[in-house]
Amino acid sequence: MSTSNYKGIDYYFIDDMLTDEEKAIRDTVRDFTANEILPVIEKYNQDMKFPFQIIPKMAELGVFGPTLPVEYGGMGINNIAYGLIMQELERGDSGVRSFASVQSALVMYPIFTFGSEEQKKFWLPKLASAEKIGCFGLTEPDFGSNPGSMITRAEKVDGGYLINGAKMWITNGTIADVAVVWAKLDGKVRGFLVEKGTKGFTAPETKGKLSLRASVTSELVFEDCLIPEANLLPKSGGLKSPLMCLTQARYGIAWGVVGLAMACYDTALDYSKSRIQFGKPIAGFQITQEKLAYMVTEITKAQLLNYRLAQLKDNGKMRPQQVSLAKRNNCEIAKIIAGMAREMLGANGILDEYPVMRHMNNIESVKTYEGTHEMHTLILGEDVTGLPAFE
Amino acid sequence: MKLVVCVSLVPDSTTKIKIADSQTAIDTAGVAFIINPYDEYAVEEAVQLKEKNGGEVIAVSFGTDKSRDAIKKAFQMGADKGILIKSPVPDFDSYTVARNLADVIKELSPDIVFFGKQSIDFDGLVVPNMVAEILNMPSVNVVTRLDINGGIVTAEREIEGGKEIVTASMPVIIGAQKGLNTPRYPNLKSIMASKSKPIEERPQTYTGNKSEVFEMSLPSAKGKGKILEGGAASVPELVKLLREEAKVI
Repeated sequence: MSTSNYKGIDYYFIDDMLTDEEKAIRDTVRDFTANEILPVIEKYNQDMKFPFQIIPKMAELGVFGPTLPVEYGGMGINNIAYGLIMQELERGDSGVRSFASVQSALVMYPIFTFGSEEQKKFWLPKLASAEKIGCFGLTEPDFGSNPGSMITRAEKVDGGYLINGAKMWITNGTIADVAVVWAKLDGKVRGFLVEKGTKGFTAPETKGKLSLRASVTSELVFEDCLIPEANLLPKSGGLKSPLMCLTQARYGIAWGVVGLAMACYDTALDYSKSRIQFGKPIAGFQITQEKLAYMVTEITKAQLLNYRLAQLKDNGKMRPQQVSLAKRNNCEIAKIIAGMAREMLGANGILDEYPVMRHMNNIESVKTYEGTHEMHTLILGEDVTGLPAFE
Repeated sequence: MKLVVCVSLVPDSTTKIKIADSQTAIDTAGVAFIINPYDEYAVEEAVQLKEKNGGEVIAVSFGTDKSRDAIKKAFQMGADKGILIKSPVPDFDSYTVARNLADVIKELSPDIVFFGKQSIDFDGLVVPNMVAEILNMPSVNVVTRLDINGGIVTAEREIEGGKEIVTASMPVIIGAQKGLNTPRYPNLKSIMASKSKPIEERPQTYTGNKSEVFEMSLPSAKGKGKILEGGAASVPELVKLLREEAKVI
C-alpha cells in the first residue's frame, strides 16, 4: 500500500487519457519507488553501489520486458504503461531505471527480435524473472556516436565464433550473466550472446563516476573469446539491428527523464512554499514563480510528447526520428529543471537530504547516453532537410 | 475456502476536505478516491489464505457505480470475483450498508468474511459488527494476527493498552487492523489479469437509513499549537500528527 503523499504531476489532466490498467501499473510502480527506492537510494548513490536487493522485487512486480508476449515471460502491456513504469522508476533514480531499461530494451528486445526460437525460449523467461541479468555492448572506447566504425570483430572458426575487441560504458556489464555484443563478422555488424565466465571475456567495473553512481558501469574486454555457433543472433544484420535496440531504449529514456524532472519540480515546489525569506515563502517571489511556471510547463509538454509517441509506437507508426525528438527534448528540459531546482533549494540543494543534486548529476549521463543531444539534433536536422550533417 | 472481502471506496487520505453546499456531505469535486486503506489488509489476508488453502476470494462492495474501483483494486491484489451492490444515490448510513452486505453474504455462505476494521471516511467502526449481528455470526474486529485450525480461528486483537486473544468458530467475520500483514504491490501480472475478472452488479435490497446527517462542518479553525513533551519518545506521535492531522508529510 502507498506510504507516499506524492500524487504525480498532472497539470493537463493526462490521467483522464489513461486506462484503469495504465493508471494501476503507474501507481503500483510509484508505490514501489516510494517504498523500495527512495528510502535507500541516497546511501547507495553515496556508496557507489547498486541496490541489488530490489532486483527480485522488480521482477516480481513484472517490470522486465513487460511489453513482450506472455509466452516469453512478458506481460503484454502497451507502450503507455511501459513508459509510465520508466517514468516512475526514474523518479526514484536514473540508475534503477537504467537497470530496467537495459534488461528490457537492450537485452530482451534484441533476443526477442533477432534471436532464434531456442534463444528466446531459453533466455527471455529467465531475464523477465531476473534469474539472469543482461547487458548490451555496442559503444567502444573510441566509437561512441559513430558505432558503425566499431573495431570489435567476430571471426568464424571451428566450433563457433572468436571475438576480439572492447566495449565501454556498459550498464550492468560486471554483473551480467549474458552480454548482447555487437561485432563485425565479415564486415557486417552482427549480434552475439556472450555468457559470463566464457574464456577470454572480462568485464571490469568503471570507477570514479560522479553520475549514475547507483548503477554498475563496466568495460567489456574480449581476447580470443570463443563462443558457440548457437550464440549468434541469427536475425541480426547490419548496424540497423543495434540501432533498433537504441530506439527502444531511447523511448524509455524519453519517459524516464520526465520522472526525474517531476521529482525535482515536486521537491522545489514543496521547498519554496515552506522556505521563508524576507518574511514570506520564497514561492511568493516572482523569480521563483517564473522557474516553477517553466518547470510545470515543460513537464506537461514532455508528458504530452510521450503520450503521443506511445500511441504511435502502439500503432506501429513510430519513426526513430520521432523518438530522437522526444529523447532530445525531454533530457534537455530535465537537465534545466534539475539545475533550477538545485538553485531554488539554495545551499540545501547540495545535500543528500533532497534528491535534486543526485538527479542533476544523473541527467548528465542520461542526456549523453543512447545518443547525445548533438547526435539527436543532427538526426532531426537530416530528417527535416534530407541533408546529413554527421560528417 | 470461500472468502468474502467487503471493500469500500473512500477519499484519499491526503485530500483536503471541503463541505458541499448542502452542508450535509463533502464536496467530491476534484477528490481522488481510493480503496479504504484498512480494506487492503483485509484483501491481503484473504488472498494469502486462498494461496495457502485454495478456494476463492469474492470482493463485495456496497455503493454507487464509483465503488467498482474498490473492487478493481481488490482484483489487482488477487481477488477472483466481484459483486457491486449498487445504490442509485450516495445516501446511505452504516445500517443500510450492513443490511445490504448481509443479504449478499448470507447467500454466498462464506467461511470467513473480511472487512477493514473501519472506513477512513466516516470512521463508524460499526459495519463489521452490524453484519455479524444481522447474520448471527461471531465477529472479531481490530485483528492484528489470524491463525486458522480446522474450523476455528484464533485472532489477536488490539485493545486499549494491550492485546486480546480470541477464538471463534467459522463462519466468522474478521475486521483487519494495520499490522495484520503487509499488503502487496499489485504486480503487472495481476493488474493485467484483473481486466477479465467479472463484477456482478446487484440492486440494493434494503433501503431505510436509521440515521440522517443534519449538518457537516470542518473542524474549527486552527487553535494553539501542540507541544509533545515526551522527548525522543514522542517522535512517533509527532510523525503521526504531522501526517494525519497537519497533513504536511
